[in-house]
Amino acid sequence: MHGGVIAALVVLGFVLPEYHHGAMARILVLAVFALGYNVLFGYTGLLSLGHAMFFAAGLYGTGLAMQQLGWSAAAALPFGIACGAALGLVVGVLALRTIGVGFMIVTLMFAQAGYLTSLYFTEYTRGDEGFTIPQAARAIGGLDLSNADTRYLVAVALFGVAMLLKLWLVRSPAGRVMVAIRENEERTRMLGFDPFRYKLMALVVSAAFAGAAGAAYGVLFGYVGATFASIQYSILPLLYVLLGGAGTVIGPLIGTVLMFYLVDFTSSLTSAYNLVVGVALVALILVARKGILGTIRDKWARWIP
Amino acid sequence: MSTVSTSLIATEGLTRDFGGLRAVDHVDFSLEKGEVRAVIGPNGAGKTTFVSLLCGRIPPSEGRIRYEGRDITRLPAHRRVALGIAYTFQITSIFANLTLFDNVALPAQKHLSLHHPGGSIRDYGMAALERVGLADRAEEQAGNLSYGHQRLLEIAMGLAIHPRLLILDEPTQGLAEGEIARFEALVREVAQESTVLLIEHNMDVVMNLASRITVLNFGAILAEGTPEEIRANEAVQAAYLGG
Ligand SMILES: Nc1ncnc2c1ncn2[C@@H]1O[C@H](COP(=O)(O)OP(=O)(O)O)[C@@H](O)[C@H]1O
Ligand SMILES: [Mg+2]
Repeated sequence: MHGGVIAALVVLGFVLPEYHHGAMARILVLAVFALGYNVLFGYTGLLSLGHAMFFAAGLYGTGLAMQQLGWSAAAALPFGIACGAALGLVVGVLALRTIGVGFMIVTLMFAQAGYLTSLYFTEYTRGDEGFTIPQAARAIGGLDLSNADTRYLVAVALFGVAMLLKLWLVRSPAGRVMVAIRENEERTRMLGFDPFRYKLMALVVSAAFAGAAGAAYGVLFGYVGATFASIQYSILPLLYVLLGGAGTVIGPLIGTVLMFYLVDFTSSLTSAYNLVVGVALVALILVARKGILGTIRDKWARWIP
Repeated sequence: MSTVSTSLIATEGLTRDFGGLRAVDHVDFSLEKGEVRAVIGPNGAGKTTFVSLLCGRIPPSEGRIRYEGRDITRLPAHRRVALGIAYTFQITSIFANLTLFDNVALPAQKHLSLHHPGGSIRDYGMAALERVGLADRAEEQAGNLSYGHQRLLEIAMGLAIHPRLLILDEPTQGLAEGEIARFEALVREVAQESTVLLIEHNMDVVMNLASRITVLNFGAILAEGTPEEIRANEAVQAAYLGG
């Protein structure tokens, strides 16, 4: 089934009109962000309100390495992922001492500190205005990543790798422990598993995915700005996941697509589009509490991973 | 101290306070390998608190715990499981949203990773369900089980760890007559390989299973001995009649 999703995405690349083609590439990168968020939230049961910092770590890690240090995209991309993972490790060691609302607040504050940092170093980051990565630098091997078709296929490839990694993780022994922690942490501990260790692992993986999405966003779209470190980008992955279905493998993609087009469509009709989107989300959560794919799984298809 | 050589777990001055309340009060306790030991006592005597200290679910206020001669007083609970100490909860604590199989797969996974890397989680998990008679319901959601069956699942999770010391906290609470008979047979079987520490209210079960009995009252050991000795003990009778 997951191979089918990838095949369908590749085919879509050839049939979509130009506007949607570009939008879809963006969506796929954001969906990687959502996949990672789901590892932490949907599978391990930890609600972070600070994931923008991991996305931004990848984005700035890659962007600044190319801009300031003149690194190639091929070197800057993995560096961005490593920045996300490393920040996840540091934040995790500190924030995982708290639980529930405490964890939400601590991650929120770390992300806020990250956002302010990106503004403070305006000399390098250009703050809210941001900076662009020159087109010439946005290439890996012979691939010109600023070319729309190449960009789309690279986004599909990235999403595919991320999805398979996640599928492998949630089916692995560690994935079983993560779900157990979500369901009943105390029982999991008394069965011999160290909850801290598994939660930290989930957070680092989640942050690495976010970092990968941020790094890819930088090289594919050539723009690096502080908006991506703002609270909005911490809330978005949560909404993507809630909408698509927490604790499902491809729910986050469905959520990202819907959310993107919902915002896109309503903002063309009214300036109060955030209100409309909010109402739509509340309605959906009332009707389908487990998100779209989660509800389908409960009602009709228990086999969906 | 001839008992030291064979004692599996032993405590010295073990104490636990909750605010002003002393739930466990300087308990010196020793459990021999291969025993089935019952712990009895009135409600609130400190039985659950005492075994929670043994398995590391809560830390003691004072005192020490030795397991196979090694001081484990400060060892985190999950590391004690790796040494072979399993605890089943008095208040049923299963994974209600997961299937029965997934409930036992987790402890089976732990056991295999420690002792049989490469073993099949499915085989070991199913074997644990079989021992409590729930194998044919492996794919059902655990939260839909009757209370008695949830108790049995809780025990199966403990068994799947293949513990050296199995601590059962009021396992027969809520079980029907037939299930109790089955449970007694199960404990006898488990006792072939493991030491069992059993908190139990049902005196028939205690008398049938226990080789020795420890009586707790107000957090302290009131009496200890064979079932016959305990039955004849006047202080024990007074505590039960008074409580
Ligand atoms: N977590 C806790 N916080 C405060 N008091 C507790 C806690 N756990 C147990 N107690 C108290 O400690 C005493 C012993 O409780 P417990 O060990 O559960 O007794 P038993 O299992 O013998 O019925 C009781 O008075 C109980 O109210
Ligand atoms: Mg109790």
